[in-house]
Amino acid sequence: MTLLELRDIHFAYPGGATVLEGATLSVEPGQRVAVTGPNGAGKSTLLKLAVGLVQPAKGTVRAFGSVRTCEADFVEVRRRAGLVFQDPDDQLFSPTVAEDVAFGPLNLGRTRDEALAIVDDVLGRLELGHLRTRVTHRLSGGEKRLVTLACVLAMEPDMLLLDEPTNALDTANRARLIEILQGLDQAIVLVSHDDGLQQAVAPDRLVLEEGRLRAL
Amino acid sequence: MTHVLTGAETEAGARHLPGLSDRDPRLRIVLAVAFAITVVSLSDLRVLVVALACAGCLVPLSGLPVGLTLRRMLAMDGFVIAMLLLLPFSVPGTPLFSVWGLTASREGLVHAVEIGLTANAAVLALLTLVGGMEPVTVGHALHALKVPERLVHLMMFTIRYVDVLRDETQRLRVAMKVRGFRPGTNWHTYRSYGYLVGMLLVRSVERSERILAAMKCRGFSGRLVLLEQPRMRAGDWVFAALAASVMLALLAANVWLVHDPA
Repeated sequence: MTLLELRDIHFAYPGGATVLEGATLSVEPGQRVAVTGPNGAGKSTLLKLAVGLVQPAKGTVRAFGSVRTCEADFVEVRRRAGLVFQDPDDQLFSPTVAEDVAFGPLNLGRTRDEALAIVDDVLGRLELGHLRTRVTHRLSGGEKRLVTLACVLAMEPDMLLLDEPTNALDTANRARLIEILQGLDQAIVLVSHDDGLQQAVAPDRLVLEEGRLRAL
Repeated sequence: MTHVLTGAETEAGARHLPGLSDRDPRLRIVLAVAFAITVVSLSDLRVLVVALACAGCLVPLSGLPVGLTLRRMLAMDGFVIAMLLLLPFSVPGTPLFSVWGLTASREGLVHAVEIGLTANAAVLALLTLVGGMEPVTVGHALHALKVPERLVHLMMFTIRYVDVLRDETQRLRVAMKVRGFRPGTNWHTYRSYGYLVGMLLVRSVERSERILAAMKCRGFSGRLVLLEQPRMRAGDWVFAALAASVMLALLAANVWLVHDPA
């Protein structure tokens, strides 16, 4: 089953220029796709469209077997397709790391104890256990990035949508992130300018130009 | 209040203390409020001095740096000092002394001393009991004390983002400075500061939208669930009983001394 299919998507921000004009993208289970393209080409918008944070002017979003149009449709999509935001500060809003990681599972109706078990499991898998009780805004940039990934993985998604994940990461943290991503079995849509990251994580490359996606 | 929100200094202080930090945060908040109410209802100066001393005893227990705590208390005194100085001259009563033709009354002076003692005792207790807590802990404790969820969330979000906003302000200010901006008393300065504040507002609104989007992506439906639940332990009950008896003793002493001044 195709996990995600964006077909003939047209999109323009209110009062702004048109960003997408007939973009088409499909992702199979376990597939890893990298999307590149000039600044402002609409790469981040593509990811937002996939989880229904913005609605296309024209075109269809199909995810996990059905066409998704309204807000209610996207609730399930957002759980199964984990979007990692460009700026970790947008994503980490809970006071402590444990609470932030538990936020998703608690929203999915898990009990406190189940959520805590998930927190320990996810942080353990990413070797971030030592950050458990840390206050989120006092983490380093690299730590914040890895924790945002943990937050998304705690929801047990089928695919990950990553928006410039190596932005502002140092070499060590970047290597760490690549290692983690290579070890995951989820499908990945990677928006990035980082060539090394693309080659390591998502060898299938698409370029977004003039509102359309084409293979590179 | 910024220290309460940013917790920049409190964390360092809160880490190595054995006494008050072990107590249930809910208990500490309740006791601070109860103590404030107790002190406000005291009127005898001698009892007030004892109350202030009791609050002072909490300083070593809290493990907060003494100098810092006293400085914060003095900061509060700065607000009331003008009133305290004027009170003897504005309350009519037995003349005591006069300055530049203005007569100070004995009653006014007593009033001023009473208010000064009350305010300092209450603030000192608040600083020692609540000031040493991580702001996050305060949020959780307030939630456990059934403070409306919206207020707790507002506080938690403020704690989380006040630093981000401060950094953003700093970045913008540095950006202004490196282009030769020097604040002065002129329209250019006012306008530039206007832009700065406007830009901060715009960025904050945009950020809040991104945060909401990120929360939605993780299944947010309008309710935040908090993880930790504080628990009252034996030590907490002992401390509560001790504090309650001290407050009752203060109240009793006050009643006794007011009715029987001899």
